[in-house]
Amino acid sequence: MDSRSQIPRVVNLIDEIVVFLVPLLPSSVDFNPPEGNDEVHNPIDVNLEPLVVDAEGPDTIDEVVPLRRSQRIHRPAISNDYMGLTPYEKKKYVWKMLYIYMLGYDVDFGHMEAVSLISAPKYPEKQVGYIVTSCLLNENHDFLRLAINTVRNDIIGRNETFQCLALTMVGNIGGREFAESLAADVQKLLKNPDVVNIDGWADRMAQLLDERDLGVLTSSMSLLVALVSNNHEAYWSCLPKCVRVLERLARNQDIPQEYTYYGIPSPWLQVKTMRALQYFPTIEDPNTRRSLFEVLQRILMGTDVVKNVNKNNAAHAVLFEALALVMHLDAEKEMMSQCVALLGKFISVREPNIRYLGLENMTRMLMVAEVQDIIKRHQAQIITSLKDPDISIRRRALDLLYGMCDVSNAKDIVEELLQYLSTADFAMREELSLKAAILAEKYVDVILQLIDKAGDFVSDDIWFRVVQFVTNNEDLQPYAAAKAREYLDKPAIHETMVKVSSYLLGEFSHLLARRPGSSPKEIFNIIHEKLPTVSTSTIPILLSTYAKILMHTQPPDPELQNQIWAIFNKYESCIDAEIQQRAVEYFALSRKGAALMDILAEMPKFPERQSALIKKAEDAEIDTAEQSAIKLRAQQQTSNALVVTDQCYANGPSPIVPAVGPLTLVKVPSMSGSEEHTAVDQALTQSNGTLTKVDSQPPSDLLGDLLGPLAIEGPPGAAVQSEHSAVTEVEDSGVLYEDPYIQIGIKAEWQAQHGRLVLFLGNKNTSPLDSVQALILPPAHLKMELSLVPEIIPPRAQVQCPLEVLNLHPSRDVAVLDFSYKFGTNMVNVKLRLPAVLNKFLQPMPVSAEEFFPQWRSLSGPPLKLQEVVRGVRPLPLEEMANLFNSFRLMICPGLDPNPNNLVASATFYSESTRAMLCLIRIETDPADRTQLRMTVASGDPALTFELKEFIKEQLVSIPTAPRGPTTAPPAPPVVQPTSPAMALTDPGAMLAGLL
Amino acid sequence: MHDSHARFHSPFSFRNFNLTSLLGRRNREKRKKVQCPRFTESARNSQFLFYYRSFDLSIRMIRFILLQNRQGKTRLAKYYVPLEDSEKHKVEYEVHRLVVNRDPKFTNFVEFRTHKVIYRRYAGLFFSLCVDITDNELAYLECIHLFVEILDHFFSNVCELDLVFNFHKVYLILDEFILAGELQETSKKAIIERMGELEKLE
Repeated sequence: MDSRSQIPRVVNLIDEIVVFLVPLLPSSVDFNPPEGNDEVHNPIDVNLEPLVVDAEGPDTIDEVVPLRRSQRIHRPAISNDYMGLTPYEKKKYVWKMLYIYMLGYDVDFGHMEAVSLISAPKYPEKQVGYIVTSCLLNENHDFLRLAINTVRNDIIGRNETFQCLALTMVGNIGGREFAESLAADVQKLLKNPDVVNIDGWADRMAQLLDERDLGVLTSSMSLLVALVSNNHEAYWSCLPKCVRVLERLARNQDIPQEYTYYGIPSPWLQVKTMRALQYFPTIEDPNTRRSLFEVLQRILMGTDVVKNVNKNNAAHAVLFEALALVMHLDAEKEMMSQCVALLGKFISVREPNIRYLGLENMTRMLMVAEVQDIIKRHQAQIITSLKDPDISIRRRALDLLYGMCDVSNAKDIVEELLQYLSTADFAMREELSLKAAILAEKYVDVILQLIDKAGDFVSDDIWFRVVQFVTNNEDLQPYAAAKAREYLDKPAIHETMVKVSSYLLGEFSHLLARRPGSSPKEIFNIIHEKLPTVSTSTIPILLSTYAKILMHTQPPDPELQNQIWAIFNKYESCIDAEIQQRAVEYFALSRKGAALMDILAEMPKFPERQSALIKKAEDAEIDTAEQSAIKLRAQQQTSNALVVTDQCYANGPSPIVPAVGPLTLVKVPSMSGSEEHTAVDQALTQSNGTLTKVDSQPPSDLLGDLLGPLAIEGPPGAAVQSEHSAVTEVEDSGVLYEDPYIQIGIKAEWQAQHGRLVLFLGNKNTSPLDSVQALILPPAHLKMELSLVPEIIPPRAQVQCPLEVLNLHPSRDVAVLDFSYKFGTNMVNVKLRLPAVLNKFLQPMPVSAEEFFPQWRSLSGPPLKLQEVVRGVRPLPLEEMANLFNSFRLMICPGLDPNPNNLVASATFYSESTRAMLCLIRIETDPADRTQLRMTVASGDPALTFELKEFIKEQLVSIPTAPRGPTTAPPAPPVVQPTSPAMALTDPGAMLAGLL
Repeated sequence: MHDSHARFHSPFSFRNFNLTSLLGRRNREKRKKVQCPRFTESARNSQFLFYYRSFDLSIRMIRFILLQNRQGKTRLAKYYVPLEDSEKHKVEYEVHRLVVNRDPKFTNFVEFRTHKVIYRRYAGLFFSLCVDITDNELAYLECIHLFVEILDHFFSNVCELDLVFNFHKVYLILDEFILAGELQETSKKAIIERMGELEKLE
């Protein structure tokens, strides 16, 4: 029988018949496959035979389907039926099943048949059984257990072919259970029967490496790599043997023709051997080291570019592995620079694969300090690769640029990245913006330097954007404040620098409070020194700064207070209306005491602006999916912004509008007339509308706009960060909200990515509550379904409203419940944060040291593992911090970290996108300074790592908001709007100035 | 929304297997309806866990091998990490989408989730290998070529049709070539001889 007639006939699924007859490898005649015209429809009748049809079997497919379904219940019946098949038919049937499975259909009805073929007595059936089983099942399948005994019998049996089949399957899909029950038997097959435990493997391994046959040697080397990757200590004796194998291959000594590939002695074995060597930390024996370096030198120097693609690839595969080994062995500087020179050559070649690998290995090379400067010389070339049409190359170039960025080249690189952002495809933007944002810290440096050195030429727009950027990036704030403080120490500084520094210090100097020379008083003095030298346009900014310093000085310092009040008094009669107004207002406000806190609190985040760069990208011809994605994002942002607006009441869109009274609704709901409320609502809509309008204004200069896209592309949710704190304080059951009329209780249950909340709405009065409305404003990552909420709650009654939550992907955004009701003529509207926060989808998960370390190591570096030094941490004793983590469902694993000042925690995170994902966290605290710590977070998902890191950080630095009693304060009298809205409409810069 | 969620949990059950077409009732509409959900579902950018093995052993190994034609039909799929069926389908769909539109002038490497796919196109067939990020890309690229050369030798002038009709042989050859995600035998001669021996047993 020829092989074609013997095959099990293929089930024809009609749409399946698209088969090419073009040979895969061009024959020696230069053969070019005709593009696009190489499809042959239905070349032959592949097979129209139904699944299982034989003389006794069902006649039509309609019978087969129900049979297959009922089979789960009546298995014996169908199995008997199946047993009636001849061995050939069984074989055919099982092959067909595999084919159907391969096409993506579900065939769990036939697993049993495949497994049972393994125990067939004859080779052909057994072979099918083994191969199909190892494709259909994985080590977690229960069916596999049924086969263990058969497999064992085959392994210890006499038939070598059966042994091979059994071993192959064990190797491919054998899990723990197989390993436990078969390990001893498998080891006996190795020629040396007295080896039974792992301790003796080292000697055995060394013997295996003496093998002359390259096939056996290849497999032995795989084993060695696996062994040394776990523990190299026991295998030192193998090291010289590996070097000898490598020498033999590199010098082409005694290599059979069949093991050379395009003239190169088994490149795979060479690569594998060098891989194995990389698991040993060093090579101590000088002779071995010398001979290894000789070989490496030979590979580095002796590899030329050749015309034959395969030969070229194989040779370079060896070369790149040699490079990695050289890097690992910490070779002499000379050899290192030789490597960098080679890589420099590679990143400028046209061959994309080589260029890609050049970039990749150069990124790894950055770890070697001595060659960093040599790498920097290639910056221009790397930037060219950033524009390569191939996303793989662009990613590598981005990584490399990111890695090599330091103060000396930050400006150029950040500018390049931002420019690139406008053309970058969607897949890369997120990564790109994250990297650019980190680099932006350096960027702030650069801009401040720019202002310092060339203040006259820096337009207001540029410093506005520094301010905007710093305000929107919490991480940057302490850094920027410290920098601003440094610049103020300089004897003569440009006025723009005074503006930006005093603004930054006004907002963020309290973050520096613990540093020397940064007490509020000292800051005030150093800023006040500049007052006589500045023009009228700067004075209002300084006044704002004073007011903010005053607010941040807790407990109040009477001396400072008097000093500042004196200044306000002085300017109350200033001729400039703006200065005069501010002085009067600040003076009045600062006498209000506690209210000052609200009004002068830190500025809310600036609304994300539509950047000219993004706009340009939208205008450009891009595919529609991308366009709609951008739109989607824009929409999401709007919704974020809405949520923020609620939060911003306390701070007010501008400090000039003392938005106290009804606007504190978020936290302290107070009753107010419905009329007034709507008025406020309208006002807010308006101000919001204004913002949006301003947003869509394309900024005039592109350079000034550089920071726009950063904010826009920042991780979603950055805009609502202020909301996250304190949410976790909400217990899974408790009172979410209470006022004299209604009490809203909540009860929550969490399981994996699902959550079920029940809202209890209780009317406390003897009259009904009307127009009850509950709207859920879910963030993008949560799917929430609230059951119907009745419009009227009867007197003294409680209604329950279940709320289903599904977590789609990791995010720190918070869901908000917009709740309103009417009592008599009073309309009440509250926004309540629901406790569906990131940590609710965590499941505490204890890990042992054996589990922890390999996983920790395998998650190497960003974006899967992120590290950050967190400052301004609420000082906590270690046990309390551990309790805090445990309360977030992050399980503290004691004893993993030898340093008693460190904490290690782990948990499993559940969401639709990540499924169950293990998260590992390490906190290194400084016993000397409890306000700072270093945090490392790792997980298998970049988004999860980032979100979790930010989440923990927020929890650690959060300052519990002082509980405020129900406000009885009447709404503050309306205050004159200082800036004309028309002006704000036209120019974003002017708007910002207005806010100052 | 709710509906799609329900489907997400029970991906492609046996009921969806439209066998009616075998009887010649060519209901194209219906068939489309059956196939689409699977693809849209798998199109979701889910990051499932590869960590299972990679964490345990932290060795670099081949995670899976796929042979797909340009239409995305799988001609061979071999997984060396335990994956659920639904995940396998997702992977196959995503890998195909990833490689099919790449320019021939591009690199043969694409990042795929937390791993890297090394692929090579031969006529209308894509051979894809999924390996660790830090693995030696070129070595795997040539390993694909060696595999194709072996197939070519075995089937003499191999084309996609051979692989369809003899897919079981392809699995056999693959088992000789790669074992448990590691290259086992790199001699073309040894593998072809071995296949000859096995054929005699059938």
